[in-house]
Amino acid sequence: METAFIIEKFVLITIVFVLTLVIAMYSTLAERKVAGFMQDRKGPDRAGPFGILQPLADGGKFFFKEEIIPAGAHKSLFIAGPTIAIITACISSAVIPWGQQLTIGGRVIDLQVADINVGILYVFGVIALGVYGIMLGGWASNNKFSLMGAIRAASQSISYEIAMGLSIIALLMVTQTLSIKDIVAQQSGFVNWNIWVQPLGFIIFVTCAFAECNRVPFDLPECETELVGGYHTEYSSMKLGLYMFSEYINMFVSSAIMSALYFGGYNFPFMNDLGLSQNWITVIGVVVFFLKIFAFIFFFMWIRWTLPRFRYDQLMNLGWKILIPLAIANIVLTGVITLIKDTYW
Amino acid sequence: MESLSNRKKVLEQKPMNFWERMYLPAIIKGMRVTIRHFFKKKTTVSYPEVERPYSKNYRGMHSLKRDEEGRERCTACGLCALSCPAEAISMISAERKKGEEHLYREEKYAAVYEINMLRCIFCGLCEEACPKEAIYLDGPHVPADYLRKDFIYGKDKLVEEKFDVNLLEMANLK
Repeated sequence: METAFIIEKFVLITIVFVLTLVIAMYSTLAERKVAGFMQDRKGPDRAGPFGILQPLADGGKFFFKEEIIPAGAHKSLFIAGPTIAIITACISSAVIPWGQQLTIGGRVIDLQVADINVGILYVFGVIALGVYGIMLGGWASNNKFSLMGAIRAASQSISYEIAMGLSIIALLMVTQTLSIKDIVAQQSGFVNWNIWVQPLGFIIFVTCAFAECNRVPFDLPECETELVGGYHTEYSSMKLGLYMFSEYINMFVSSAIMSALYFGGYNFPFMNDLGLSQNWITVIGVVVFFLKIFAFIFFFMWIRWTLPRFRYDQLMNLGWKILIPLAIANIVLTGVITLIKDTYW
Repeated sequence: MESLSNRKKVLEQKPMNFWERMYLPAIIKGMRVTIRHFFKKKTTVSYPEVERPYSKNYRGMHSLKRDEEGRERCTACGLCALSCPAEAISMISAERKKGEEHLYREEKYAAVYEINMLRCIFCGLCEEACPKEAIYLDGPHVPADYLRKDFIYGKDKLVEEKFDVNLLEMANLK
């Protein structure tokens, strides 16, 4: 491997990492602002103009809080919990194509950290790993509420991963590839977006993404009304901060994946008719991609402040009795349509 | 049983039809409600910068009044302390010396006048009891503090600012 390649990837990784953290940081502010606005309030507006320094203040406060590890807790696992949660949240963004190629001084730079040909499987694997963070943290706390939260998290994400995987299979039948880069490249323009061929799959995927991110209405693992704080009841200081942070990073990454898989990623309407150079199209594409991501993050928050939380049996009913049959039906439907299309056109 | 108010409504609990069971229309409806609130005017009052006006008969912090010549009206009769149901008021009276006529209106005045703001219930009986129109609860609300002793307000906090008589006359002439 040549040095320039390593430097190039290193720079890209750093930018993506920093961007992820900054966006996650400001998602916390955005969440509170959106919550405020939807409840006819203003939201935090004291730290800096419009409250833009609020995340820094929150972070500082987290760092200065006393760090408590309960006496009965399994110490190493207690620390491993939030660590795994944040690491898995961060590494899942590696396969997302942020844009097309940039050509700088004759070098073609891919705006993707790693183009692995099983990109979607990688994302799935990492997301599945994410539940270990919650599971270990909850179990190591030596607290019944934490354990309940952790068990809920585990069973919830296992149930919804099935439906999510099935909805992705239907998508893969259309795209014929597992590489996220190729999937996005196929959706150039506007009419080729996968949402037009897989609307049902998209709805299932969104629902499961909510469940995987532990967002309302699927936030049963941290359900305050029943479980004190769920799996992070015993956590304090920055360890709690890391759990919350990983939730927001997950939200960002799943927004990115949703817009990449279904909404054309960096593609935007009329992108090939503008007569711009490749570099400009790439830059605009990156901006468009981030706009789509922000729209999805807003959607996440919008849903959060609209819907109440499910009851646990309702959650399981929805996952096993509705989403999985629907996803299977979607696969069959996609197969039939593909077959008809291949035979008669 | 017959409803007395005539407002009783009997709701039918029909089983949900297919659209209702899909929940998506209901969710979209709910999202329309929240997004409408998103763009609504906010009811928040940014407190230190913007203050809501007090009502006209609001009873806030006490103030000990001065007369038109700027002399303290209080004569330390003790009726306010007597009328106070919370026993928040205490005072020590003193006799007016020669040469202090411009300071105190009556021959007897309150050398020390203290109100314990933690005891005070802001009932306004002191201002009703006062024969000299010397005390009114017309101030803002009492601010928070850290120590109990700091809630005992003396004359330094209670007595009204001395105003310039000439200025007042000029304002009246206008």
